[in-house]
Amino acid sequence: MDVLMVRLFDTIDEENMPWLLAADRALREAFGSWLIDLVPSYTTLMLHYDCLCLTHAEALQRIERALEGLEPAGAGLGQRHEIPVWYDPSVGPELVRVAERAGLTIDEIVRRHCDRDYRVFALGFAPGYGFMGLVEEALATPRLNTPRRRVPAGSVAIAERQTAIYPLQSPGGWNILGRTAVPLFEHARRGEPLLLPGDRVRFAAISRDEFERQGGDTTPLESAS
Amino acid sequence: MNHAVSRALRVVQEGPLALVVDGGRFGVRHLGVTQGGAADWISFYWANWLLGNAADAAALEIVIGGGLTLEAEQDATLALAGADLGARLDDSPLAPGATFRIAAGQRLTFSQPRQGLRAYLAVPGGFDVPEVLGSRSATAREQLGGHLGDGSALRNGNRLEWSGQQAPERRLPFDPAKGITLVGRQLALVPGSQIGHFTGVSLYRAFNAPWRIDDRADRMGVRLRGPELHCRLGSMISEGIPLGAVQVPPDGQPIVLLNDRQTIGGYPRLGALTPLSTACLAQCLPGEEVRLVATSSEQALARHRSCLNELHRNG
Repeated sequence: MDVLMVRLFDTIDEENMPWLLAADRALREAFGSWLIDLVPSYTTLMLHYDCLCLTHAEALQRIERALEGLEPAGAGLGQRHEIPVWYDPSVGPELVRVAERAGLTIDEIVRRHCDRDYRVFALGFAPGYGFMGLVEEALATPRLNTPRRRVPAGSVAIAERQTAIYPLQSPGGWNILGRTAVPLFEHARRGEPLLLPGDRVRFAAISRDEFERQGGDTTPLESAS
Repeated sequence: MNHAVSRALRVVQEGPLALVVDGGRFGVRHLGVTQGGAADWISFYWANWLLGNAADAAALEIVIGGGLTLEAEQDATLALAGADLGARLDDSPLAPGATFRIAAGQRLTFSQPRQGLRAYLAVPGGFDVPEVLGSRSATAREQLGGHLGDGSALRNGNRLEWSGQQAPERRLPFDPAKGITLVGRQLALVPGSQIGHFTGVSLYRAFNAPWRIDDRADRMGVRLRGPELHCRLGSMISEGIPLGAVQVPPDGQPIVLLNDRQTIGGYPRLGALTPLSTACLAQCLPGEEVRLVATSSEQALARHRSCLNELHRNG
């Protein structure tokens, strides 16, 4: 009734990002205070507008005009974050599962997970939860059959070829590899998430000592049953 | 806030779920933050209307009741709307749909649902609770908002303060038992872009069979039980989820997403219930029967406007 789905692509691709970011900017400008929410995802932007001020037809017209002659956002889009992670089976129990599936050592899994920049495709699932990708094919691992009831904040995880960090303690079915002490979303950040769509993230392996120095919580996480 | 004139309710006995809500948290969905807010927004608006408050002033959403007991620390005028949860003021029954006076030391209790599931208790000017990301609504999962600012529901010993003084004495301009969200069980659905991917039989069933409210129902979503629906799309690339979206996971049993839904998701959808019908669903108890009725965006909007107009006409 007051929501329109703007569909720009059919497949997940890093090349979509500059277009999605540009569309995000253009739509925000076109709707101004009549925009209630705009939710970008991998291929779409969901637009929630004030239906008491704009008719359906007017909303469509604004979208059309906003997307006319759209230029992709510049190459330097997004911030780059380096996220220190303590990779260890005590806080990342699925290191073992991912290593076994890939036929690689745990050290090699860690090296490869840290070996490239990941793009933040979308935020969702929980506040500040950035869906990032893509991890290399060899590391791709399906979600757990039974999600954990509690995944601690800061847990770094993968599912298929995506990777993410749990900003808050929550239930979750992703494969946990390690933990970071960096706050992703909490009152200390005044409700602003660290990661935004279009940002790039590079993980860096650190020792337990370093993790503790950064204020990390070393409480072990049980492996999934 | 002027503490000299603030009043308070104290939680003597917590119930299954009572939380501070307002109209919802908007403008932050792109950060992964959910909407939250009053699930039956119409009854919530009317509760505030009774006291002459701003429509989205912070009120209490009381789900089920289940023994929730609140004690007034000062004399006050409050308002109750929405579900009839067998409320009592000390030993006297208290019907929803009007303002009422409570004296210092008096207790307000809620027992069991007699009609509907969610009652709204409003106070003059709304509860004084901090805004978090532009809203006072509590969302437990996100640890945001509410009376403590951390998303928590009411617990024993908590206090809820407000500082508004003036309050008119009013009754609803209609029979509270016939409130639109308490009696509406034909849920209007605006079809979405994936509707063509459902099989013909599934579509026939979706709009002709009765649907039963499952036990698995909370502020995130309500499961409906009925015939299995099949969609030719397995899963999709995750996209934004509007309020009232009717998604169909592989087990074929629809889930209607409410205020605390996740912001994006990848199950195919029949479409979305109108905000009005979503509020009706939020008043349904497990085991109740509802039906889905297809509607157009234009019709839905006309209904929506007339609903809001009624509120304004009486304002």
